Amino acid sequence: MSDQLTNVVVAGLGGQGVLKASDILAEAAFRAGLDVKKAEVHGMSQRGGSVTSDVRFGPDLSAASPMAPDGEADYLLVLAESQVDVARGRLREGGVLIGPDAVDVAALPNARSLNVALLGVLSGRIEIDEASWQAAIRAHLPEKLHEANAEAFRLGRAAAGA
Amino acid sequence: MSNQAVAGRQLLSGNEAVAAGALDAGVALGAGYPGTPSTEILETLSEIGGRAQWAPNEKVALEVAIGVAYGNARALATMKHVGLNVAADPLFTIAYTGVTGGLVIAVADDPGMASSQNEQDDRRYAVAAGVPMFEPCDSQEAYDMTRAAFDLSEQWGMPVLLRVTTRICHSKTVVTRRPAAPPAAAPSYERDIQTRVMVPAYARPAHKRLRKKLAELTRWVEQCPWTREHRGGDELGIITSGISTVHAREAAPEASVLKLGVSYPLPMGRIRAFAESVQRCVVIEEGDPYLTDAIRAAGIPVEGKPEMYRFGELDVSRVRRILAGDTSEEPTPPRGKPPELCKGCPHRVAFEALRDQGCIVTGDIGCYTLGVLPPFEAMDTCVCMGASIGVGLGLRHVLPEEQARKVVSVIGDSTFVHSGITGLVEMVYNPPPTGHVVVILDNGTTAMTGLQEHPGTGRKLDHQPTHRLDFEGLARSIGIEHVRTIDPVAEGGAFETELKAALASGELRLIITRRPCLLAAGKIRQYEAAAKATCNE
Repeated sequence: MSDQLTNVVVAGLGGQGVLKASDILAEAAFRAGLDVKKAEVHGMSQRGGSVTSDVRFGPDLSAASPMAPDGEADYLLVLAESQVDVARGRLREGGVLIGPDAVDVAALPNARSLNVALLGVLSGRIEIDEASWQAAIRAHLPEKLHEANAEAFRLGRAAAGA
Repeated sequence: MSNQAVAGRQLLSGNEAVAAGALDAGVALGAGYPGTPSTEILETLSEIGGRAQWAPNEKVALEVAIGVAYGNARALATMKHVGLNVAADPLFTIAYTGVTGGLVIAVADDPGMASSQNEQDDRRYAVAAGVPMFEPCDSQEAYDMTRAAFDLSEQWGMPVLLRVTTRICHSKTVVTRRPAAPPAAAPSYERDIQTRVMVPAYARPAHKRLRKKLAELTRWVEQCPWTREHRGGDELGIITSGISTVHAREAAPEASVLKLGVSYPLPMGRIRAFAESVQRCVVIEEGDPYLTDAIRAAGIPVEGKPEMYRFGELDVSRVRRILAGDTSEEPTPPRGKPPELCKGCPHRVAFEALRDQGCIVTGDIGCYTLGVLPPFEAMDTCVCMGASIGVGLGLRHVLPEEQARKVVSVIGDSTFVHSGITGLVEMVYNPPPTGHVVVILDNGTTAMTGLQEHPGTGRKLDHQPTHRLDFEGLARSIGIEHVRTIDPVAEGGAFETELKAALASGELRLIITRRPCLLAAGKIRQYEAAAKATCNE
């Protein structure tokens, strides 16, 4: 299945927008016509503690768990430097780490849109069309944040050389 | 529900799917008490146009739902796994009386305890109470089974449990909804004393009726579409249910899988035939060995999981290990950052003072349970919702005076309404010789589960104004003379001064720290402004 299934893990700290990033990614893959599963944990973990969320997508996930097995993530997005080592074990051998230093945070219109900027970096590496990404961002963020996040996404995409 | 339908498909969490299923089944009312991971079911039901309300606790929620179902309308009750302990009293007897309108009780287990105090397996309740139970494996099934549960409930006149788990509730998968099909009959009341008044003379035949219905229902489960076989090879067969189904399918794509969509009553005929059809038959289930024990008790030889896999959630890696008979120590993932009370959280003031005064703190369930962690470490016990007060009183009754005088019960506002009020009554009824001190940490919301309203906020589930429960007036009417309310942040030092005085007094004292949760304060201002604007129109 692994040749058809893409596993992405998003990690960070409560309040950083980990769940928002995974929601946008799952929505973008869904809008692109793929089958999608996404896992996360709410509650205790959100009060400033470590948070991770898994997004899996491909043509057919009917026989797939919503959680990417440890060591099988193709991409690991990490929003906080302190969480890189905590989450690294999720990545498969040869998987791609996209850390908080993948974009120039100072260039972002709003530091809180780092989550969307890292999705921009990811977008250059996976096959989801730009329109699905933009629609997903708009669907999951309030209108007043659309412009800043569209810009953050564009900066991330540019940083990835896409 | 943030996700729009695209070509008839929606990406929904299990909780959103249960809400959508209930709405499309024509549910008249959803009632529950917030509890991770179940909370979003009722919030979503309200958002998408259904009628949903928070009750003070799960017992009341289920009782309200029972009334709806007695009135020939469809009712949904929602709660987390431990909530069913609170609602167990009505559950066991509603199984006897049965219902006329469909009654579905959605209960969310939390294996691995992402946000709970225990990992009890509520499949046991289905057996103990004699209530049929559905277990979905993804959001599509959560939607389909919710609808099926309402139909089954009405058809058989029985309440139905829908058991979901953290990974069903909070995972999103693709769902296709079907056209809504509300029940044809309108709400109405038909008197049926012998069925609904459970005095012993009527309850004895009711119990026999229940067992007869369950025996008939078992025959239905044997051939129902929810008992589903995926045929792979003959070498390995897996019997499973719920979320474990997808873990097992991924871990062993070559295996044949018997998926039990109804986990009570069990289709032992199908299970026996399946077990005989494969060379090796393994039961893959999260939590207690419920299926394994039942299947073995029926004389069907199956492999269970080693005891180490009773603890925590299953996932693909753990299922692979179970299938391989691997009982070596599991790799421990690097420790993440634990949660903490928010910077500037008003509860911090209280826990600093409790720590500095060397109190023995009987705690309770909520964000403030984080007072147990550094830098406070100012909590000594946490058992269940409302236990802070009773446990504190028990300690006060038996400890030597010097220690007894240090005992303080700490409880949040929502938890106080849930099950702390009877604790206050007990305090006045059986006062300890050294008195007692109760602190209600009132932050104006049910914070830990995601900022839900409760009777003390004066707003309903949809944040519209309603009567506000007056804690101070309530406490005085119970017989507590010393009630003091403090804003712990604005009145710097006042809480610690009051705490010291209360500890020294030997009296029964209630201190209420009242200041909105930082995360809720902005929203609360908006709700209040909106309510004021409506009043002035």
